[in-house]
Amino acid sequence: MSSVFSPDTPKDLLDCIKMACGQGEKFEIRGQGSKRGWGRPIHNCRILDLGKLSGISLYEPKELVLSAAAGTTMKSIVETLRDNDQYLAFEPPKLSSLYDGSDKCGTLGGVIATNLSGPRRLSAGAARDHLLGFEAVSGAGEYFKSGGRVVKNVTGFDLSKLLAGSFGTLAAMTSITVKVLPRPNKSRTLLVRGLENKAAIKVLSESLSLSLEVSGAAHLPIGISNKSSIPYISSDNSSVTVIRLEGHAPSVEARCKIVKKIWREYGDIEELHTHNTEKFWNEISGIVTFLDQEANQIWRISVPPSQGAELLVKLKEKLKCDAFFDWGGGLIWLSESNETKYSEKIIREAMSEQSGHATLFRASDKDRESFDVFNPQPNALMNITRKIKKNFDPHGVLNPERMYEGV
Amino acid sequence: MKMPDLNLETLEKRPEIIKALRKIIPEENFGDNIIEDEDGLKVYECDGLSAYCQLPMLVVLPETTEQVSQTLKYCSDNDIKVVARGSGTSLSGGALPLADAVLLGLGKFNKIIDIDYNNRTVVAQPGVTNLSITEAVMHNNFYYAPDPSSQIACSIGGNVAENSGGVHCLKYGLTTNNILGIEMVLMNGDIITLGGKYLDAGGYDFLGILAGSEGLLGVITEVTVRILRKPDLARAMLIGFDDIVAAGDCVASIIGAGIIPGGMEMMDKLAIKAAEDFIQAGYPLDVEALLIVELDGPKSEIDYLINIVEDISKDHGAGYIRISNNDSEREIFWAGRKAAFPAVGRITPDYYCMDGTIPRSKLPEVLKSMNEMSEKYDLRVANVFHAGDGNLHPLIMYDANKEGELKRAEDFGSEILKLCVEVGGVLTGEHGVGVEKRDLMSTMFTEEDLKQQQRVKCAFDPEGLLNPGKVFPTLHRCSELGRVHVHQGKTRFPDIPHF
Repeated sequence: MSSVFSPDTPKDLLDCIKMACGQGEKFEIRGQGSKRGWGRPIHNCRILDLGKLSGISLYEPKELVLSAAAGTTMKSIVETLRDNDQYLAFEPPKLSSLYDGSDKCGTLGGVIATNLSGPRRLSAGAARDHLLGFEAVSGAGEYFKSGGRVVKNVTGFDLSKLLAGSFGTLAAMTSITVKVLPRPNKSRTLLVRGLENKAAIKVLSESLSLSLEVSGAAHLPIGISNKSSIPYISSDNSSVTVIRLEGHAPSVEARCKIVKKIWREYGDIEELHTHNTEKFWNEISGIVTFLDQEANQIWRISVPPSQGAELLVKLKEKLKCDAFFDWGGGLIWLSESNETKYSEKIIREAMSEQSGHATLFRASDKDRESFDVFNPQPNALMNITRKIKKNFDPHGVLNPERMYEGV
Repeated sequence: MKMPDLNLETLEKRPEIIKALRKIIPEENFGDNIIEDEDGLKVYECDGLSAYCQLPMLVVLPETTEQVSQTLKYCSDNDIKVVARGSGTSLSGGALPLADAVLLGLGKFNKIIDIDYNNRTVVAQPGVTNLSITEAVMHNNFYYAPDPSSQIACSIGGNVAENSGGVHCLKYGLTTNNILGIEMVLMNGDIITLGGKYLDAGGYDFLGILAGSEGLLGVITEVTVRILRKPDLARAMLIGFDDIVAAGDCVASIIGAGIIPGGMEMMDKLAIKAAEDFIQAGYPLDVEALLIVELDGPKSEIDYLINIVEDISKDHGAGYIRISNNDSEREIFWAGRKAAFPAVGRITPDYYCMDGTIPRSKLPEVLKSMNEMSEKYDLRVANVFHAGDGNLHPLIMYDANKEGELKRAEDFGSEILKLCVEVGGVLTGEHGVGVEKRDLMSTMFTEEDLKQQQRVKCAFDPEGLLNPGKVFPTLHRCSELGRVHVHQGKTRFPDIPHF
């Protein structure tokens, strides 16, 4: 028997999983495999390749809705939407260069299963907020659907939220329906240089507290910004604090003016126009440009925005690392550059003293096996996690232990 | 409406249960916090869906998370059902009491615990009303975006349970998109915290699944919401059409042009007339459909977009366009829409409000069918829509005192909802399933679909003691859901009857 199953139809997939339930077989679900390095490594499993479940089955631009098979590549989805001046507003980043150095964009199923989102998370939400409905085969071998194709829907439990970010541990999705939105026709990035982390986050927070619909708010500390390929960002060896404004042209112009007025006291303000703005925020969402590519571990840390700078100070006392801020200071991307074996312990300890969570985003197989990849949960919550997994996948057929040991 | 079988043993033990719960609730508060007399219980006999009434076995009004935890643990240990209730404004019977259940009222959880402008969050107890969150931050020009029509009364805990919407959710999202964290108590008494003042906690998204779970998974004791800065300016437009289909097309074109208004509502002729007679908002009475489009943001953006919307409307044959010049005028435009339900209530003894959502493009087809149904059932219907997101609120007018009219209205409503599902929509956009649409769930979901939802229920409340009889038409015992029967590649489940 081949070690890779590639079902041609949802029915094939159903048969595959039913068979696995009966025979004790286990599967690692895969689209393009572009994010295999995220989550705990999976051992002794056959590959369940969903690549043949591909194609856009419904796209109604005026209804702002698109349905596609789970294995449809993000490349084809992004291109189709772009042809109609639309996009996925949660800005799913391309992460393959972070993991296997390839140019793959991943699949829609992979983006949803990992609840990926980029800098626009702040204003537009994460993948979870754009998933309207899906069809899937549960680990128990049952074909089911949830949600629908309309945004306003409270009919029954919102299983879309449960599946988004479940890393394929509960069900293998076959079809996915997402909300799409018109692409903003103008975007601008405003930047100011030389601010310390704490001051920068205060400036970002101030801007986010105005009615400006800021769709990106990041801070690149000194020594990080110079890695950008955009001269405006990298030329001066100083920190760079940025916000993005998008929308209709007159509105963007008006909002830029407001920000410039407020920011004047912090230094000279520079502006990136649409082309460079797109390029720059792709670098932010792809993260790898600004981190140490050779680092042993890369972490994603989500905290209350006002606590981001202080947390980094604390971590830097014990850890040699590169780091930058997104989400107005609420998201810290960090690559650990020294050889310390204790970085996981240092980060977990720091997190135990404050609210938020840390994810080991990239590390060696060995590290992802011996350390918690996701923030450890309190017992009562872990009990629910175990029960959910057991109820949806009683035989542990799908992506065993991808998220938590023994689950 | 058939509800779960009465647990006679629980009813027999009522005095004992009261005694036990008195130990949990501090003695000095008995009078206030445990209600057992019939007059007192009567207050709680129904929620916003007043067609269904039921006295609860008793009412408990705890004041601390610890008391909620102990109450639930006691009930869990003694196999006693519990129904949680916020302000009781549910339109689908989500908080309808059960004769053999403890009704757990959260009215005393009425404090705002924390306002944090740096992180743009508010932490509130579940009994705090939706509007008071906005009121607590409005002096700093902040607000909480989801604004269900009942916002003056409905509680934030109930909003989470029902995943409430409102006229502004087209642009700003539903409750689920605006909450960051909750503290809740499970049926076994465990207290858990989900999320906080940060985004996207790792692990399964239980926060997401709690929103809209209609009180079946746990009792919420604290909610962390995101607050936003009030837009600089908002202006509303009244746009009248001779043809309701043209109005529908206009909505699609506005959105298709890349404009997401803060709110976009539609009313049909009957609803316009009722609202105008009631509020005198200045609505035109010679149009078939009226759109209210609100644009918010910086002034220059609004000026620019109003022109575009005006052009699009004219292209679609709008014969009437009025634009608000100041906030009080804007509020008058909305006043008629916001009072549409009571306005219809003035022209009919009773009305039955439906809540299906359809893909916007199906509006002409659905309206045509609804008119045919109106003739068939011989009942009038006024239509109010959240046009931007396809959420319909047909108001079926009837007289409960006339024999058979309630039944006809209910059948009419069911047929509308079935039609919504047929055209690719859903049974309920924002009011919830509750008891009202429970038995229609199978028109939208297969047995397999519903089983997966119940698998979530079983992880949180395996004995099915929290709010039973709501949402699910069929009661599966968790032990049966957990077992997977695989026989020659086929799964088998015993057929359990409807309750």
